[in-house]
Amino acid sequence: MNQVEQAPFISVDRLKVQFERRVAWGQPRQTVHAVDDVSFTVEKSRTLAIVGESGSGKTTTALSLMRLGPITSGAITMDGQVLSGLKGEALRQFRRHMQMVFQDPYSSLNPRWRVVDIIRAPLDVLGIGTPAERDERVTHLMTEVGLRPDQCDLYPHQFSGGQRQRINIARALAPQPSLVVCDEPVSALDVAVRAQTLNLLKRLQQQFGLTYVFISHDMSVVQYMADTVVVMLMGKIVERADRETFFNSPRHPYSKVLLASVPSIKNAGVRPISRVRVTGEPASPINPLPGCRFASRCPSAEARCHHETPSLIAINPLHEVACHLVPSTL
Amino acid sequence: MATIANQKTALLAVKDVCVEFRTRDGMVDVLRQVNFALHPGEILGLVGESGSGKSMTSLAIMGLVPKPGGRVKSGQVLYRGEDLVQASDTRLRQIRGARIAMVFQEPMTALNPIHTIGRQIVETLLLHSAFTKIEARQRSIDLLREVGISSPEQRVDEYPHQLSGGMRQRAMIAMALACEPDILIADEPTTALDVTVQAQIFDLLRDLQQRKGTAILLITHDMGVIAEMCDRVAVMYAGTIVEQGTTAEVLEAPMHPYTRGLINCLPESRLSDADWLAEIPGVVPALSSLGAECAFKERCEFQTAACARSPDLSVALSSVPLMSSVSGDPRPFARLVACHHPLLASPSSVVSAP
Repeated sequence: MNQVEQAPFISVDRLKVQFERRVAWGQPRQTVHAVDDVSFTVEKSRTLAIVGESGSGKTTTALSLMRLGPITSGAITMDGQVLSGLKGEALRQFRRHMQMVFQDPYSSLNPRWRVVDIIRAPLDVLGIGTPAERDERVTHLMTEVGLRPDQCDLYPHQFSGGQRQRINIARALAPQPSLVVCDEPVSALDVAVRAQTLNLLKRLQQQFGLTYVFISHDMSVVQYMADTVVVMLMGKIVERADRETFFNSPRHPYSKVLLASVPSIKNAGVRPISRVRVTGEPASPINPLPGCRFASRCPSAEARCHHETPSLIAINPLHEVACHLVPSTL
Repeated sequence: MATIANQKTALLAVKDVCVEFRTRDGMVDVLRQVNFALHPGEILGLVGESGSGKSMTSLAIMGLVPKPGGRVKSGQVLYRGEDLVQASDTRLRQIRGARIAMVFQEPMTALNPIHTIGRQIVETLLLHSAFTKIEARQRSIDLLREVGISSPEQRVDEYPHQLSGGMRQRAMIAMALACEPDILIADEPTTALDVTVQAQIFDLLRDLQQRKGTAILLITHDMGVIAEMCDRVAVMYAGTIVEQGTTAEVLEAPMHPYTRGLINCLPESRLSDADWLAEIPGVVPALSSLGAECAFKERCEFQTAACARSPDLSVALSSVPLMSSVSGDPRPFARLVACHHPLLASPSSVVSAP
């Protein structure tokens, strides 16, 4: 960071995504602020984890980054290329550099396609290589993700959930992307299969120098995968820190609650009944009131938290927090 | 910790329960000799991967094994000494919801979307108690308040879709508690919820258990939840219980290689952040392909000839390693493990790159 300032591999600058929706017949349309002024950077071959509760905007952010979702305003740059401005064929061609692994290994694979067709699809669509080269690449990828190449004529239903996620990963890697967005890639898997899949993702990252944007609500998974952690709450980033800082000394009250809520095998018999808890319900992302998005649930909220939106302030070069109660030490 | 009680005072004793299903591959045993007891006021955790038989165990207890196709082939479910497997449908209806209640995984599908929350609780009350409609409504409001729903007088007339996920699960718990059951079966009650809400729901369940002495059978796939919630734990694998003991014993020194694998593959079991995750090699076997050998044999690093003991036609199931009390005398909370080579001292996880 404090070496020669080098442009980050991915940079998201003041991204906003808004949706219009009609809550009930006869009522005016309302604006959902799904992502509100989000900025972050990711360095090459590193993993940025986005964590947050459902509705916090983590998936919307990822979809905008992939150019699969709308962008209301803001800029996304990847490897010097302004992604947010790309259109048509140029965008289509750029897609080979960014791929996605989805959450549900069942609905994300076409049940009527053979595995070979599924993994080949990105190569066919993007016109990469000759047909013979594509088949060769499929064989190579299947070995790489721990499937047997002779399984290539089988259909998705003939595989277990963990194996399906491997097919998903192989498909994502087919066009040799540099960015892979993983949206809750292991949340549908059992713990033992989860470990195998996370190790695979990590090994592939090291092998191919992949950059990951990793979306998860599971803190232990994030602790294993992430280099940098971004916490989102109702469309806003409330804390950003490197992994070690985040897990050892989170500063935002929401991050603290989040970490304290995770059940741990280290707490056997401890029964931490009096640990930090939130009460109350999350505020609505539709026409949000001014003020901190966590104020209604925050154990230490003050008067100004309810009408003044805190901005993300660096407390040291690697750690940013958006909270009125965390004094800036810089 | 739960009070010390022996098998005789167990509230619920599940004995040698086998459940089979008819499939295209013939009859498949989905539960194989499941044994455990639930004592008054304790929280017993049932942990395992999907398909291990956790939910089927709860359905077998409630007499809800899907019919036709499935049935309890053998065994007993003794509730206060009464065998629920043999009980009539009428008797089961008296017990279900009143004495043994259940909280399901998905509050949105378990609640009826076209009835108000209040009406669904009132229905349970009218069915199982002598309340009048007005009393039942008042009691529903009290119940909603008890599970931490704010302004219950207003919420009682709302529909499930008007509540958040956490509120719906609270409403489900209120419904389950309506008749003050002895036993609450909670089947993955928080999987659909965010982690902060999950913590609130577990606080609520623990609080209710402490205030009312309700025994809870908590079904989960999360070892962390087991650690923080349960007095005792039973680990299931491929339709049977492979290990059972107090939570601290099992988590600190697992004796079954599968249990140890399950604990070691958690990211928090790593000694340092630089370590890789431990893996259990292979996959869970298909229930239809299980022979008479140990179901974990193919994935086990300690397997020997004993684990593949040839099946004996006369007692086919007993050739599967039976639960043996390792800690000697049949203590009420005996440490049980189904393994020919139980791990006596568990070396801490040492993980190398895969």
